[in-house]
Amino acid sequence: MGKIVLQGVEKHFGDVKVISNVDLTVEDGAFVVFVGPSGCGKSTLLRLIAGLEDVTGGRILIDGVDVTDLPPMKRGLSMVFQSYALYPHMSVRGNIGFGLKMAGLPKDEIARKVEAAAATLNLTQYLDRKPRQLSGGQRQRVAIGRAIVREPKGFLFDEPLSNLDAALRVNMRIEIARLQKALATTAIYVTHDQVEAMTMADKIVVLNAGRVEQVGSPLELYDRPDNLFVAGFIGSPKMNLVGGRIAEGYGAATVGIRPEHLLVGREGDGWRGTISVAEHLGSDTFLYVDVKDVGLVTVRTQGEAGLRTGDSVVLRPDPARLHRFDRDGRAIRAA
Amino acid sequence: MARAISPQKKWTFTILAWIVALILFFPILWTILTAFKTEGDAILFPPAFLPPHWTLENFFEVQARSDYFRHFFNSVVISVGSTLIGLLVAVPAAWSMAFAPTKRTKDILMWMLSTKMMPAVGVLVPIYLIFKNLGLLDSLAGLTGILMLINLPIMVWMLYTYFREIPVDILEASRMDGAVLWKEIVYVLLPMAIPGIASTLLLNIILAWNEAFWTLNLSAANAAPLTAFIASYSSPEGLFWAKLSAASTLAIAPILVIGWFSQKQLVRGMTFGAVK
Amino acid sequence: MAATVNTRRLARAMLTPAVVILFIWMIVPLVLTLWYSFQNYSLLNPANVGFAGWTNYQYFLTDPAFFQAFANTLILTLSVLAITVIGGILLGLLLDQFIYGQGIVRILVISPFFIMPTVAALVWKNMLMNPNYGIFAWIATSLGMQPVAWLETYPLFSIILIVAWQWLPFATLILLTALQSLDEEQKEAAGMDGAGFASLFVYITLPHLARAITVVILIETIFLLSVFAEILVTTGGGPGYATTNIAYLIYHLALLDYDVGGASAGGVVAVILANIVAIFLVRLVGKNLEA
Repeated sequence: MGKIVLQGVEKHFGDVKVISNVDLTVEDGAFVVFVGPSGCGKSTLLRLIAGLEDVTGGRILIDGVDVTDLPPMKRGLSMVFQSYALYPHMSVRGNIGFGLKMAGLPKDEIARKVEAAAATLNLTQYLDRKPRQLSGGQRQRVAIGRAIVREPKGFLFDEPLSNLDAALRVNMRIEIARLQKALATTAIYVTHDQVEAMTMADKIVVLNAGRVEQVGSPLELYDRPDNLFVAGFIGSPKMNLVGGRIAEGYGAATVGIRPEHLLVGREGDGWRGTISVAEHLGSDTFLYVDVKDVGLVTVRTQGEAGLRTGDSVVLRPDPARLHRFDRDGRAIRAA
Repeated sequence: MARAISPQKKWTFTILAWIVALILFFPILWTILTAFKTEGDAILFPPAFLPPHWTLENFFEVQARSDYFRHFFNSVVISVGSTLIGLLVAVPAAWSMAFAPTKRTKDILMWMLSTKMMPAVGVLVPIYLIFKNLGLLDSLAGLTGILMLINLPIMVWMLYTYFREIPVDILEASRMDGAVLWKEIVYVLLPMAIPGIASTLLLNIILAWNEAFWTLNLSAANAAPLTAFIASYSSPEGLFWAKLSAASTLAIAPILVIGWFSQKQLVRGMTFGAVK
Repeated sequence: MAATVNTRRLARAMLTPAVVILFIWMIVPLVLTLWYSFQNYSLLNPANVGFAGWTNYQYFLTDPAFFQAFANTLILTLSVLAITVIGGILLGLLLDQFIYGQGIVRILVISPFFIMPTVAALVWKNMLMNPNYGIFAWIATSLGMQPVAWLETYPLFSIILIVAWQWLPFATLILLTALQSLDEEQKEAAGMDGAGFASLFVYITLPHLARAITVVILIETIFLLSVFAEILVTTGGGPGYATTNIAYLIYHLALLDYDVGGASAGGVVAVILANIVAIFLVRLVGKNLEA
C-alpha cells in the first residue's frame, strides 16, 4: 500500500515553469528523498503530491488510483512541515489526534492510537502540554506523531530538520529513518542537505530548475553521476571539476574527481601545486591546493598527513574514479 | 533601554504627562462628578470641583424622564447585533483574501475601504426613502443592518490583517489532517485568531455604539439608541447640567469600561496592521 | 500563497457575500441619489414632480451656503488633522519616555476616543464653553479676562476644538505604538554619530513614523469628512452657516427643508468630492501598506 506514481507532472505559476515534465515512480515502502538547491522546485513537487497545489499538467496516481483532482484529505497522505505547523491552541494530545477526530473515529479509539503514537515517540509525559511549552526537538516529534497516527499510505516530509540544531538533527535523522523502516510506509522527504539525502534515502531524486536530473540510490549517484549538476551537487566536499587541456587529455570537456580520490605526494608525476589552506579535522585533513592551470583543488586525506600551508605537493587522480563529461555536461561512460 | 535616566528627568516627564493626561480626561471626569451634584451645585460659579452634596437623584430622574434602560437596550441590540452579523460575513471574506489571495485581492480590499469613504449624507435621501417604504424607519432591524453595512469594510480589513499573521502552514496541516473547510475555520483558524477577532468585535461594537449619523436620522421613538437619548438633551432644557451629566455618564460608561480594558489591541487593530 | 482550484473556488464563494452586500450597499443608493437629483421632488410641494434637469445642481452649486459648507468642511478636516497629528507626535514622544503610572496615563489619554460624539459635543457646549457657568469662563475670570461665548463668537473653532479632542487620543496612541517599535539601537547608533535631539527626530524618528501618520490621516479623514452629530447638537450649523459642513447642509435640505431633489444633488456632489479625496488617499495608503 502506498505506491506513488507521477506521470508528466507540470506546474506553472503564471508564465514561470516551476516543474517541467516529471515522471517518477515511488515504490511502496520506499524512502525517497528529493534533493536540490533552493528554488529547484522540490517543495512544490511535494505539495503537488500532497494536493496542496494543483498540477498544471500530468497525472498523480496513488496505488493505481488517479488522485490528480482529489483534495489533500482524500489522498491518504500525511505531511510533516518545515515549521512543524502544530496547532498552537491544542495540547500535544489534541494535535496528534486531530486527524483522527476529523475522520470521525470514536473517542476511545482516538485516545488509544494517540497514546500508542506518543509512546513510540517518547512523548507520553508531554501529552497535555501545549506546543509552546515544548523544545524544538519535541515539537518535531509531535509533528511526526501527527503524521504517523493516521497510518497513511505515505509520509511527506518538507525539510523537517532544518529548524533544529546540528546535534539534534543527526538524532532525528536516525529516528525518522528507523521509524519509517519499522512502519514500512512509503516516505517522500524533501531536503536541500545532501548529507541527509545520502544517509536516509533508498532512492534520491536530484532536482534542478524544475527538472529531474537523476534518480538513483545514494551510491549510484555518488559513483555514477549522470551529469555535471549531479556530480557537483552530491558529495561533500564537492567534486573537483576541471576543464581545459587536462580534460582534453582524458577525451572529455570536463573531468571530475572527488577530493577523497586524489592521492597526495611530494614528488612524481601529476598536478603540481601549493597548499593554500590546510584544515585539520583530526580524522581527516582537507587541503585546498592551488594548481597551475586548474585552480583551487580540494583534497581529502586521512589523518594528519604532516602537510602545511605553503607546502608544494603533487596530486594524482585515481583513474578508476575519474568522471568524464561531454560538452553538454553529460557523463561519458566507458562502453 | 540600556540608558540610565536621571530621576530628575523621570519626574519632569511624569509630571508633564500626568498634566496633559488629566487635561484630556478632564471633560469626562467633570461630567461624571457633575452627575452626582444637585442642579444648584452644578452651576455654581466659581465651580465646585467635588459635589458639595452628593446625590443619585439625577440618575433616577433621567431614567424616569427618558427611559435610559430602553435606549440602552436598543444600543446593545444594534451594536452587538450588527457586529455579530458583520462577523458572519467578514470572517469568510477575510479568510478568503488572507489565505487564497488573487491578483485582485488588494484591489478588492481598497475598494471596500473606499465604500467606507462614501459620505453617508450622499445616500441619506434614498436610504431614508427605502427605509420608509420598507417600514424599516425607527426599527432595530433597520439600524442593525445599516450599522453592519457601514462597519463591514473595517471588519474585513481588521480580520484580514490578523489572519495574515497566522502561518498558512497550519491551515494546510489541517487540510492534510482531513479537515474540510468549515472544520478548518472552526477548529483551527478561529481559535488561533481569537485575540484578533475579539478586538475586531470590540472595536466595532464601540464604533456602532457611538455612531450618530444613521442612528439619529433613521430612528425616532421606538428604536432610538443612546445617541438619540443624549441628543434629546441638547434642547434648552438640557441646561439642567446635572441631569445632562447623569445621562451622559450612563451613555458612555459601558463603552468607556470596555475601551479601557482593550485599548491596546483596539488601537493597533484600527491601524490595519500598518503599525506594529 | 498559492492554492488549489478547490480552495480558490471556495475562497471566491466565501468572498462573494461581502462583496455583493457592499456592492449593493454602494450602488443602489448611489443610483437612486443620482435619479432623484434630476427630479423635482419636494415633500413640501407634492404637486410639483417631474424631470428637473440640472436645476437641482444649479441651485445647490450656486447656493452661497454650498461654498461656505465646502470651505468649512475643508477647514474642519484639515485643522483637526493638523492638530491631532502634530499634537499626537508631541504627546507620543512624551509618553514614550519613562513615566510613573504609564498604564493609567494611557487610559486617561485614550478615553475621549470612546466618548459618543453627541455626549462630547453636549458636555463641551454646556459645561466647558458656557459663557456664564462654564469652566472656560471660570478660567478666564480667574485670569482677569472677559469670558468668551465660544460657540457664538468662534463657532467653527469651537467645533474644531471638540472634534480634535475626540481624535487626538487615537492619533497619540497610534503614533506612540509606532514610536515604541523604533529600534533603540538605531537611536543609539545615531547618537554615536553625533545626532542631537533635533536631527534624531528629523532623520530617524519622523521617517519611522511615516506609515503611522499615513494611517492616522486615512482613518481620521474618513470620519472627519462626515462630522455631523457634533454640529447637530451644538450649533445646528449656525450662526448662519458658520458651522455648516457639507454633511450638515445636505441633512438640512433633506430632513428639515424636505427638498429631496436638492439634497440628492448635494449628495452626488458630496460623493464626487469624497471620491477625489478617496482616490488620493487610497493610493497613498495602498503604497504605504504594501511593505
